Amino acid sequence: MTFTIKLTGVIVTVLLVMGTVLAFKKTSAYQHGYPGTAMDLVQSDAELAEKLKANTVPAALPQVPAGGPLSVDTYQNVQVLGHLSVAEFGRTMAAMTTWVSPQQGCAYCHNVANMASDEVYAKVVARRMLQMTMHINQDWQQHVKGTGVTCYTCHRGNPVPAYVWFNGPSEDPTARPMMQGKAYQNGAAQDVGLASLPSNVFETFLAGNASIRVQGNAPLPSETNNRHSIKQTEWTYGLMMHMSNSLGVNCTYCHNTRSMGEWETSPPQRTTAWYGIRMVRDLNNQYLTPLTDVFPAYRKGPHGDAPKLNCATCHNNAYKPLLGVSMLKDYTVLAEAKPQPAKTPVEPPPAEGAAPTEGAAPTPAPDAPAPAPAQ
Amino acid sequence: MALLSFERRYRVRGGTLIGGDLFDFWVGPFYVGFFGVTTIFFSILGTALILWGAAMGPTFNPWTINIQPPPLEYGLKFAPLREGGIWQLVTICAIGAFTSWAARQAEISRKLGMGYHIPIAYSVAIFAYVTLVVVRPILMGAWGHGFPYGIFSHLDWVSNTGYQYLHFHYNPAHMIAVTFFFTTTLALSMHGSLILSAVNPQKGEPVKSAEHEDGFFRDHIGYSIGALGIHRLGLFLALSAGIWSAICIIISGPFWTKGWPEWWNVWLSLPIWN
Repeated sequence: MTFTIKLTGVIVTVLLVMGTVLAFKKTSAYQHGYPGTAMDLVQSDAELAEKLKANTVPAALPQVPAGGPLSVDTYQNVQVLGHLSVAEFGRTMAAMTTWVSPQQGCAYCHNVANMASDEVYAKVVARRMLQMTMHINQDWQQHVKGTGVTCYTCHRGNPVPAYVWFNGPSEDPTARPMMQGKAYQNGAAQDVGLASLPSNVFETFLAGNASIRVQGNAPLPSETNNRHSIKQTEWTYGLMMHMSNSLGVNCTYCHNTRSMGEWETSPPQRTTAWYGIRMVRDLNNQYLTPLTDVFPAYRKGPHGDAPKLNCATCHNNAYKPLLGVSMLKDYTVLAEAKPQPAKTPVEPPPAEGAAPTEGAAPTPAPDAPAPAPAQ
Repeated sequence: MALLSFERRYRVRGGTLIGGDLFDFWVGPFYVGFFGVTTIFFSILGTALILWGAAMGPTFNPWTINIQPPPLEYGLKFAPLREGGIWQLVTICAIGAFTSWAARQAEISRKLGMGYHIPIAYSVAIFAYVTLVVVRPILMGAWGHGFPYGIFSHLDWVSNTGYQYLHFHYNPAHMIAVTFFFTTTLALSMHGSLILSAVNPQKGEPVKSAEHEDGFFRDHIGYSIGALGIHRLGLFLALSAGIWSAICIIISGPFWTKGWPEWWNVWLSLPIWN
């Protein structure tokens, strides 16, 4: 009897010690707050190595010599990149292929028999996404700074970026007559870090512009100050879980949690994130949602909406996409939208007056929507 | 404190942990002992260091004095005094004072011929403290992971450390620790109210006995753990609360670096229903 007890004790102890040693993770920490505030990012070294590997930047394609004929004069139906030389245009197309459709090649967007044709939906989408990329780099520098974005920031070699989202049901699917439903809660949704928080945060905050600020400035709610409910607070926290997981950080990356709402004690990253939320709303509403009719049904969500973006789409679990390496510097054509030159007349029009009609005259690029004013 | 008539017979010399009779005497009602002297030494030195740190800081407001640990960049090295070195010295003093106090408790227990229940129970609190400021920082490779010494500042540390794991209430050991804390207070309030009722009867009624106390709980919840058992239970609940608190923080960082809600994915992916 006592022998059995002793043996059991020894076995349990050995297992506990082994388990502890095996479970130990060597960590590295980055401190982004005042010492002792515990505003740190602690990552296991194994996790960190994985993250570094996942965020390797592909080698830039060789630069091409400047000059030469413009693509608008050489190709048909060039609406956004007409101001580029033919060589630069070709380089940009090649880069887009390696970034977005490395397996599928040019044919993912083009009818290879008639490259100018818009018959493949992906080409129309790609054109709009080019404009979106330029819009981000040009008008959202409060968020992307000089680092900027390219197609690769989101696509990473996939025709559809790894992280996109679709609308969920607009009515709470668990509600029954005279019964309250789960209100999108308690589903261990990946979008909210598997917590019990409401999962429909993207429609609410990243397409809609529901108020994110829930913290009151007075001890008690009153008619004049904070009337936000616990429900609204949980919604906000759901969005914040998404932001944390999308960036691979924790709440203290942007907040001193002693007072989440106080700007004076918040790290500067919070300002960048604030613009990021506005940027994502702008992009979803000005670029993605208007493409709903262009996307084929198999690319749409269960409720027929276009794929939309959130923080994870660009960030891919890194605090800065691609850990802050700028690919834009090698592809400056994506930095801003340029006015499209008119097609240069190659030779004087024939005297007969038969105006050349072959090929569609390049239509001017639709104006990029004005950026949402920073407020 | 009045010297009780029977106290003199507990003033037994000897039984010290380090042998000999160094400081083996009483000052008024207080036993001194070798570890009493080391307790006083470390307490005064540590408090003086805190006051020195406060003098170098912006305030003497007792709520907001803050002795911060070194920045993480110093790793496990000594830091300059102004940049966490004081925190390191205060930590040494605190551990010195706490363990001295536990040793003094052990000496008094020996003199009185008691078991070591009190020093063991107190050691669990020291263990929790050492876990926070020594073991976990060493496992994570920087003293800067310890908590700062300050009434408000250590609360900020607790809040931010919780939010480092997104939602600390999902930490399973934290759940167990909180449950033990609540159960401790429940057991103490039930026991305390029972005793107070038993020894403060209505006018004209006699003081109730242990038999009556057992009867009360047998009537109400069908079971009484008994006069001795409730103290064993109380000790178990209270120490478990401290031990699980230490576990819940030691696993946060060295053994789990993601959000705690994600940990429960283990449950969702059990082969039974997955």
